[in-house]
Amino acid sequence: MSPRFEPITGRYLQLDLLGKVHRLYLEEAGQGIPLLCLHTAGSDARQYRGLLNDARITKHFRVIAFDMPWHGKSSPPAGWQDTDYQLTSRDYVRMILEVADALELDRPVAMGCSIGGRIVLHLAHEHPQRFRALVGLESAAHTDAYYDLAWLNRPDVHGGMVCAGVISGLVAPVAPAIDRWETLWHYMQSGPGVFKGDLHFYMIDGDIRDRVDQIDIKRCPLFLLTGEYDYSCTSEGTLDIAKRTGAQATIMQGLGHFPMSENPEKFISYLLPVLEKIRAL
Amino acid sequence: MIDKIASLVNADPRLVHRGRFVDTTFMVAIDDAATLLRVQEGLITKVTPGPFITPDYSFCLRASRGVWEKFWQPLPPLGYTDIFALVKQKLMRVEGNLHPFMANLLYFKDVIAAPRRETKR
Repeated sequence: MSPRFEPITGRYLQLDLLGKVHRLYLEEAGQGIPLLCLHTAGSDARQYRGLLNDARITKHFRVIAFDMPWHGKSSPPAGWQDTDYQLTSRDYVRMILEVADALELDRPVAMGCSIGGRIVLHLAHEHPQRFRALVGLESAAHTDAYYDLAWLNRPDVHGGMVCAGVISGLVAPVAPAIDRWETLWHYMQSGPGVFKGDLHFYMIDGDIRDRVDQIDIKRCPLFLLTGEYDYSCTSEGTLDIAKRTGAQATIMQGLGHFPMSENPEKFISYLLPVLEKIRAL
Repeated sequence: MIDKIASLVNADPRLVHRGRFVDTTFMVAIDDAATLLRVQEGLITKVTPGPFITPDYSFCLRASRGVWEKFWQPLPPLGYTDIFALVKQKLMRVEGNLHPFMANLLYFKDVIAAPRRETKR
């Protein structure tokens, strides 16, 4: 019997990122319009395994999902042991633009979830000309902290277990068990302090409430998809952005904060019509 | 519901295993009615209903009866599916020494939600 390979190719990319040498891991599948996928805080690009394996998508889109530095199989930069990882809006925007440049992508579509859903709002505000379209999954302009983030990185609490424990309730209760636990596993594997460092952007630095009204969707179309069970980026938060920008928003039934990972099949049923619209642009 | 937690947890070997390092007493407060639950090696070994004069416990989960009833439905309504969803909406308070709770979060989340399985039967 021949090996049952998935149609995904994983590679390491050497590049200068934020002024430092980086070794970045990325996975891709398909051809056509580049679709750059951004994972959630404290996780990695495996969240997009369903999309990368779906021929209905890869027939028309070159799906690229990279592990952010410090995440998944991407290494932190040299000297990491002497720093505390902390994601900022400025670095996150630059990272995405520099990765797109290094891959020589021509006006890609960027799609991100949670912190990724937030950063696409920053991209829409600051760099609309660089993108064909933007897709925000679980997008809210701001989220207040609702627990003490210090619990996420301290030696007397298992980091992987507490991170998975914190996010477990954000998965919809109706998600298939296999995909729920795969989603939690990614969080259990995250490096110490990485989820906490990402949440600095999510809960503090990335607040874009005061600039949402300045987003011009005529310069770059913006699509929003949010799971009804997400209590972190709420439906109300997403609908508020839609109201203020004119972006098309859909509240997805039976899905939570990690739609592409917790229930790929159901999520893709919501994504396909959006991708059709993007193809027609 | 609270009286069902011990038998439901103790009958679930994988959940008991997940809590095998837990040794604490915690409180569940439904309106003003408090109950202490003693946990040893993942088993609920003692359930003591209040009222108490000087209760000794590590942490307490406190919410109204209406909130707990929604939380314990087999498929809770939106916003009532998780402890942190309630905390974010200020419908539940988690008080006290949170170390045992946070260090064993996946254990305690399923312990607290155990009555959902009872209502399914």
